[in-house]
Amino acid sequence: MRRYLRLLALQLRMSVALGAQYRWDFLTQGALSMVWTVLGLVPLYVALHGRPAVAGWTYEQALVVVGWFTVLKGVLDGAVNPSLILVVEHIRKGTLDFVLMKPADAQFLVSTARFEPWRAIDLVAGVAILVWAFRLMGSLPSAGGMALSVALLTVAIAVLYSTWIVVVAAAFWVVRLDNLSYLMSSLFDFGRWPVSIFRGAVRLFFTFVVPIALMTTYPAEALLGRLAPTTAWLGMAGALVFALGGRFIFTQAIGRYTSASS
Amino acid sequence: MKAALSAYPTLLRIGFAAAVAYRTEMLVWMLTMTMPFVSLALWSAVSATAPVGRFDQKSFVAYFLATIVVRQLSGSWVVWEIIQEIKSGTLSSRLLKPIHPLIAYSADNLAATPLRVLFALPLALIGLASGGAVLPHEPRTIAAFLLSLFGAWVITFFVMVIVGSLSFFMESSMSVFDIWLALFMLLSGYLVPLELFPSWVRSLAEALPFRYTLGFPVEVLIGMSDDAAIVRGLAIQFAYGIGAAIVALALWRAGVRRFGAFGG
Repeated sequence: MRRYLRLLALQLRMSVALGAQYRWDFLTQGALSMVWTVLGLVPLYVALHGRPAVAGWTYEQALVVVGWFTVLKGVLDGAVNPSLILVVEHIRKGTLDFVLMKPADAQFLVSTARFEPWRAIDLVAGVAILVWAFRLMGSLPSAGGMALSVALLTVAIAVLYSTWIVVVAAAFWVVRLDNLSYLMSSLFDFGRWPVSIFRGAVRLFFTFVVPIALMTTYPAEALLGRLAPTTAWLGMAGALVFALGGRFIFTQAIGRYTSASS
Repeated sequence: MKAALSAYPTLLRIGFAAAVAYRTEMLVWMLTMTMPFVSLALWSAVSATAPVGRFDQKSFVAYFLATIVVRQLSGSWVVWEIIQEIKSGTLSSRLLKPIHPLIAYSADNLAATPLRVLFALPLALIGLASGGAVLPHEPRTIAAFLLSLFGAWVITFFVMVIVGSLSFFMESSMSVFDIWLALFMLLSGYLVPLELFPSWVRSLAEALPFRYTLGFPVEVLIGMSDDAAIVRGLAIQFAYGIGAAIVALALWRAGVRRFGAFGG
């Protein structure tokens, strides 16, 4: 365990060093991701501000969902996506062999291969949106709500990560998958709004198949203090199933990996 | 020029063959265009009880499906191609050919249109069935729509060439394009129909080029603008298109002169 923590610290340090080399990029990309965050707020403002609650959500409450969405987006683009893009490239070129030969768990190595530290700006922006939303409402979240919300956020990251590891596993069978990661990202965009805005089959899809509701709506509801405890427990159980399933599919897939040359 | 014209049909055929060969990839790229559906979900929830402006639920469906159709049919990806070819130096093989590279790029783009039509057609039919749109049935409105679609492509293509040519001079031209894209999202009617903005944003959007790459053809397609507005829109659109083309050609020429084919 300690060895893996040390490895993780090492990988992180290397990513930071790499990021520090391109300082100008750091600034422009940081500024741009702020622009994108603000841009995402415009439709919400035009659609919901000054209107009665839509599908059970007022403008201020929906802002809480956007806050968690921004935080998760930062995690996704900063810690999950960069590594996975790297793996797909390794598989395509056949250089994954060098990673597999190292004396550590393959899934660990593959998923911590690269970070983009400047995405931390998204985390700050997300938290700022949350603070702003609660200021507009003129109330404070309860301590229990906050704890539950953070717990659910951890669960959400686990689900997000498991979904992406399944995508990587798919790359062992279908080699050209670099645009599939874009497809997943654009699917994730649906997490911007509270899930109750969707109706019928679409809502079921985003609750159970690609559990985007679990990732952004539930943590927001927990923070607002209106999430039923059973939903929280069911969500956590579901996330555990997702994580174990992801691990299982990945080990199966890597067992079939035959390298690029053979 | 004459040689280019006679070679153009062949270039289109090559481009079409390439599009067919990479059809799955193309389909996945098309599927990444989820943002209009994300917007549609929000707006149809908002308009479920009462219409917003002159938009009810049905007209939101028509509007956002039309956005996808227009973006599919007038889209271009040449900026990524140019930047990548300049950075890797593979542009030099293009420069050796006895045809202007921009002509070859444009043929590549236009040749993919038939496949894109195939994808966009079902959406257009759903939009039609939803009953929220007055699709053009008079020949002159149809002609106006096709013209506005072509105008949208001209602006998009040449702006992409301008930004792509910037990477002859600077390293981070991709960020310049990201800024363009952000303004496009906001001011073209892609995320929010321009009508729903406050009037000062709307008049700003009508003066800037972004609306003419998307919102304007969409409005013509779903029958939201009258004849006078269409004529005025087309005039502004083609003024922007020609302006962009002139700047793009000049910038490209200046850039190629500096081009050293890294690592050649």
